[in-house]
Amino acid sequence: MRVLNLVQAIHEALDLALARDERVLVFGEDVGRLGGVFRVTEGLQTKYGEDRVFDTPLAESGILGLAIGLAMGGMRPVAEIQFAGFLYPALDQILSHLGRWRHRSRGRVGLPVVVRAPYGGGVHTPEQHADSPEAILGHTPGVKVVIPSSPERAKGLLLAALEDPDPVFFLEAIKLYRGVRAEVPEGYYTLPLGKARILREGKAATLIGYGGMVEVMLEAAEVAAREGVEVMVVDLETLVPLDEDTLLAAVRETGRAVVVYEAMRTGGFGAEIAARIAEGAIDYLQAPVVRVAGYDAPYPPFSAVEHFYRPNAKRVLAALRRVLRY
Amino acid sequence: MKLKVVRYLDRGEFPLGAEEALALYRAMRRARFFDEKALTLQRQGRLGVYAPFMGQEAAQVGVALALGEGDWVVPSYRESALLLARGLPIHTLILYWRAHPAGWRFPEGVRAVNPYIPIATQIPQAVGLALAGRYRGEEWVVATSIGDGGTSEGDFHEGLNFAAVFRAPVVFLVQNNGYAISVPKSRQMRVDYIAQRAEGYGMPGVVVDGNDAFAVYLEAKKAVERARKGEGPTLLEALTYRLAPHTTSDDPSRYRSKEEEEAWRQKDPVLRLRKALEDKGLWDEEREKALLEELEEEFGRELSLADSAPEPRPEEIVEHVYAEMGPDQKRVWEALRRGLHLEEVG
Ligand SMILES: Cc1ncc(C[n+]2csc(CCOP(=O)(O)OP(=O)(O)O)c2C)c(N)n1
Repeated sequence: MRVLNLVQAIHEALDLALARDERVLVFGEDVGRLGGVFRVTEGLQTKYGEDRVFDTPLAESGILGLAIGLAMGGMRPVAEIQFAGFLYPALDQILSHLGRWRHRSRGRVGLPVVVRAPYGGGVHTPEQHADSPEAILGHTPGVKVVIPSSPERAKGLLLAALEDPDPVFFLEAIKLYRGVRAEVPEGYYTLPLGKARILREGKAATLIGYGGMVEVMLEAAEVAAREGVEVMVVDLETLVPLDEDTLLAAVRETGRAVVVYEAMRTGGFGAEIAARIAEGAIDYLQAPVVRVAGYDAPYPPFSAVEHFYRPNAKRVLAALRRVLRY
Repeated sequence: MKLKVVRYLDRGEFPLGAEEALALYRAMRRARFFDEKALTLQRQGRLGVYAPFMGQEAAQVGVALALGEGDWVVPSYRESALLLARGLPIHTLILYWRAHPAGWRFPEGVRAVNPYIPIATQIPQAVGLALAGRYRGEEWVVATSIGDGGTSEGDFHEGLNFAAVFRAPVVFLVQNNGYAISVPKSRQMRVDYIAQRAEGYGMPGVVVDGNDAFAVYLEAKKAVERARKGEGPTLLEALTYRLAPHTTSDDPSRYRSKEEEEAWRQKDPVLRLRKALEDKGLWDEEREKALLEELEEEFGRELSLADSAPEPRPEEIVEHVYAEMGPDQKRVWEALRRGLHLEEVG
């Protein structure tokens, strides 16, 4: 099998979707001629033409509005927002329209829109390019949120998102774009949305996270294992809808949980995970659920201090020690 | 409606006094010097991602020098020349582009707002700032700047409409350099000139040759004058070109041709003004050499200042989130202050 990185795997999924379904359109800022600032859409315009892969004016609200109208008219738009931190001008379209149409039309109009956006830190990007707004999106009724952590999963999940009848936000960790490589099956395949994965078995505690934090959790688990502590690692992969069964089973098995995410701590998606655990597995808990997250401050645009903000394996290990000591 | 492009240089006109013309040239040459140095520093790994403005000096400096001391600039990320001409110290600008916290606090007295990365959000804010001056009885003029791509954002339109409705003393500078990263102007708009839109909001729209310092400066002065007299905002479009990549991580050969770049190099605004000054007998090789030496010396001094800025402290990440730290920030701040490591902070 071929080994691909995340960029190549997502590119392949888009290529396959465009080839298979005439209704699929790919658009956004710089996705056409340039092939996207991360080159995810490179070559697609040449292959499928300017009608199906095109640059839009620089207007996020306009991009989301366009996607909504196209979906209403029966198309399957895949909109790229250049960085997730620039979704905010489009929040009105997302909160007021995209997430609500199915409900407000009493099931008559669904909007099969896929919005892709690079998110997260660890690569010294400028101000606001490293935001992790998944909690804002997850707090929007009517949309789904998927955050893959590996190339082969990303390909299958994106194709599934494109088949999904509802809007899906597909967030891609910038740190992983060229930072993870894996064998990726050829051809068209989908993977179900809404399934968490156990990446590593262990009895001592459960580490829970997603996207860019998966490699951090795995690194921490590796170090712990060398010290004789085997921990379980769960990649949530889909935040909405959340695979609560897998999550709770994993926590019940170990009785201890550490949740890892790189958005700011307060109101972050990890708070939701902790609450679900409290609601569903309190009788099994032998220690409080501990969060390792960004701090309650904007993600630092200062490269010299970025690594203080973004959770790393050391901080995960320290949290692990806390729940083990309890 | 057809607008005429205001220009002087190609017609051999020299509409300024010697002192004003020389001030324009010095500021533009100094900005160009900074831009070249910044690109070198970036390549050496001594600057972060940087957005060069080379080719757009006339547009930025022309507007900066048209402002009075009490006026404000609300720039975007490519406006280093505007900031320098408004008096931002070079070492602060270097630290800004180093993404060092010290570079993000502009000195008191420099009436410039930190440049924004999210595009167009500054436009309605500039209008608010202008109105604040009115409430305070100071009537400062605000110049705010945006690219051609940025004019597609809703905030641009909302901001212009507000400014017209409130007759806010604002000069909207659009630096139309033809591209938004790779997307050409034809993909942003279906009008010949952005300035045509001004009429729809109810304000004058002016198009100038953005590589002609005389044209930008004189039209900006008129716009500032109008604003100061309480006659409201102006939309000033400068037709120009960035000779360098979008940022230091961009590769323009993917979306534009060498011939196109070369054609614009012929219209380099710094060289054009220099030529006009030389033709008038106001400038020569010797004066240029002396100026460059002066700039080299100044830059060296400022670079050392920037280099000697203290290392950022980890606790700076939770500072200035609120006027007073809340419990979440405080917990982290105090722990880091006490020298605890982040893994102990949680
Ligand atoms: C709201 C927002 N969307 C997207 C971006 C990413 N981005 C940065 S610069 C740029 C192009 C801007 O072009 P233009 O306004 O013409 O200004 P120029 O860079 O040419 O000076 C884009 C798309 C951003 N910074 N902010």
